[in-house]
Amino acid sequence: METLIGLLVAAPLLGAGVLLTGGRRLNRYGHLLGTLLALVSFVLGLVLFANMLGKSADDRTLTSHLFTWVPVESFQAQVGFQLDQLSMTFVLLITGVGSLIHIYSIGYMEHDENRRKFFGFLNLFLAAMLLLVLADNYFLLYAGWEGVGLASYLLIGFWQHKPSAATAAKKAFLVNRVGDIGLSVAIMLMFTTFGSFAFADVLPAAKGADATQHATLTGIGFMLLLAACGKSAQVPLQSWLGDAMEGPTPVSALIHAATMVTAGVYLITRSGAIFNVAPDAQTAVVTVGTVTLLFGAIVGCAKDDIKKALAGSTMSQIGYMIMAAGLGPIGYVFAIMHLVTHGFFKAGLFLGAGSVMHGMNDEVDMRRYGGLRKYMPITFVTFGLGYLAIIGFPGLSGYFSKDKIIEAAFAKGGTEGWILGGCAMLGAAITAFYMTRVMLMTFFGEKRWERDAEGHEPHPHESPASMTIPMIVLAFGSVFAGALFSLNSRFVHWLEPVTGHSEGDSPLSTGAVTAGTLVVLLLGVALAWLMYGRRPVPAVAPRGSLLTRAARRDLLQDDFNHVVLVRGGEHLTRSLVYLDHSLVDGVVNGTAASVGGLSGRLRKLQNGYVRSYAVSMLGGTAVVVAATLLMRAV
Amino acid sequence: MNPANYLYLAALLFTIGAAGVLIRRNAIVVFMCVELMLNACNLAFVTFSRMHGNLDGQVIAFFTMVVAAAEVVVGLAIIVSIFRSRHSASVDDANLMKL
Repeated sequence: METLIGLLVAAPLLGAGVLLTGGRRLNRYGHLLGTLLALVSFVLGLVLFANMLGKSADDRTLTSHLFTWVPVESFQAQVGFQLDQLSMTFVLLITGVGSLIHIYSIGYMEHDENRRKFFGFLNLFLAAMLLLVLADNYFLLYAGWEGVGLASYLLIGFWQHKPSAATAAKKAFLVNRVGDIGLSVAIMLMFTTFGSFAFADVLPAAKGADATQHATLTGIGFMLLLAACGKSAQVPLQSWLGDAMEGPTPVSALIHAATMVTAGVYLITRSGAIFNVAPDAQTAVVTVGTVTLLFGAIVGCAKDDIKKALAGSTMSQIGYMIMAAGLGPIGYVFAIMHLVTHGFFKAGLFLGAGSVMHGMNDEVDMRRYGGLRKYMPITFVTFGLGYLAIIGFPGLSGYFSKDKIIEAAFAKGGTEGWILGGCAMLGAAITAFYMTRVMLMTFFGEKRWERDAEGHEPHPHESPASMTIPMIVLAFGSVFAGALFSLNSRFVHWLEPVTGHSEGDSPLSTGAVTAGTLVVLLLGVALAWLMYGRRPVPAVAPRGSLLTRAARRDLLQDDFNHVVLVRGGEHLTRSLVYLDHSLVDGVVNGTAASVGGLSGRLRKLQNGYVRSYAVSMLGGTAVVVAATLLMRAV
Repeated sequence: MNPANYLYLAALLFTIGAAGVLIRRNAIVVFMCVELMLNACNLAFVTFSRMHGNLDGQVIAFFTMVVAAAEVVVGLAIIVSIFRSRHSASVDDANLMKL
């Protein structure tokens, strides 16, 4: 069984290698090879899952040591895998959703001449993401972490002939670098504190750390949070996710909704033992999550680009997960549960958006949609189920996972609990509003599309089966996953041995939270219907309020970055350059000039007249004699 | 006679020689002044030898004469060759070592 873990990573890696180096002769069946290898990975994951289910709960962790990567004295970086319940959950999500999106891409990318390369990148992503979640130490996790960053960069910029896509890829890469610095510093701190970065050494050591190490652990916690912020697009490193929508839609679904952006949640949950003893870091995590869940939701309300609206929603939902992960043992399980259900419904929503764009000549402006439910019935139904799941319609998966997080937020206790719970509830209301808005603008109302620049009128049509089947499967997941997980608290028992779990002491009963959530949900839906359902949607965006205009510009995050970081950076560089020119160069040039000047004067002594040399000799002798006499006199 | 008088004379001769070396430009005169300084030294040596009642100073004086003789041979040869190449016996003209 242990060898299968290695194969799990090796299959997509092989696909990436073959597809990216094979050249044009693979064009005809490259996409099939890539999809096949993703499916192989998925089947291996299922086999391992079945094997894991057959064992008792405490005996489920499989480890597999492959080789020593960097053997230097006490610095021993191992390549080894650890498959426990947490990794298993991710493996099934990544390979499952990944395989579906491979299948979808066969249809979606059909007319793209670089389809083979696209599948190579997708396979590379799968391999890196699996490496990330299967690594048994932080060093190898870091390798996977960078690998997914690379794959994300390559795929966002897949249409790099568009300047906007190339810029977006660069932006995503640069913002992620800031987070990556956090992870590398965290690893260095771990190594200096514990002498190792294997999960098996660091996490128990963190649990048993004495008071003197708590400051270091808080530092590690903050650095891990920085890493999570970068990868998971949390405030303040969130600005890249909206632009990342420049990539092909399957990429947005797989990487920027279902899997890669949730790596931050994985990192925090995996490092739970560290955060449990670092309450300050935990508070920071909760704060970041709460701010982001509102931030993303507000941005999602104002966007007219369907993918950007969904990107705001992704940010907001990951905010929920980060918040839950920051709550400690009362939240870890629910963070991961929401992550999985979100993987289903958000991937489904993105694929639905891709299907709409496919039928509408790649139009992304929702103000140019309208009434599409008649033209795309399957897309409408699957998107609709994803919509009901994300707003938390009772019985669907989002209802189970999000309600649990809101409950856990209240259970944090005290004023903090009320604030967090209130924000989470408000987030649920805004989620209902913006998702209803997307739904109404896209599928209901009058048709608003126009001829494009070349005079073609779009003919909305249902997408081919390769695209609709994954959407149907994901819709099933969106509907049933939550109930399946929540039955008898199955998911809690499944993850408890890894993450630990404790029931919070909620001031509100479960029934009260559910009722409250339903009320705000209905309010959100009703408000959206009043604004976008009851009266026709203008095809050109109205000016809107100050908040709307700010939200359209991503709540001024780019402006903030520009003013504070870009301008600030420019000023800093300019003053450093000035310092360099005046101070550093001044010292260097000044030394050189004074030595030059002095030697110019000294040179005059070398005048070529023998008698002047004789004078200096005589003078020197006189000095020596005088000194000798003087010494003798003393 | 007080031997110190010989030392005054030696000092006077040495000063004259040194001044000549520093002031005169003609290589031959400079050379003669060098000889004058050497002989002033010899006089001082011999005087000290007499004053201290041993022969060390006289021996050194002989050494000096030998060295001076050798120096005259080499020095005059150099002066003559400089005069041949530069048509001048002025020490200021031989300034090729100047930067």
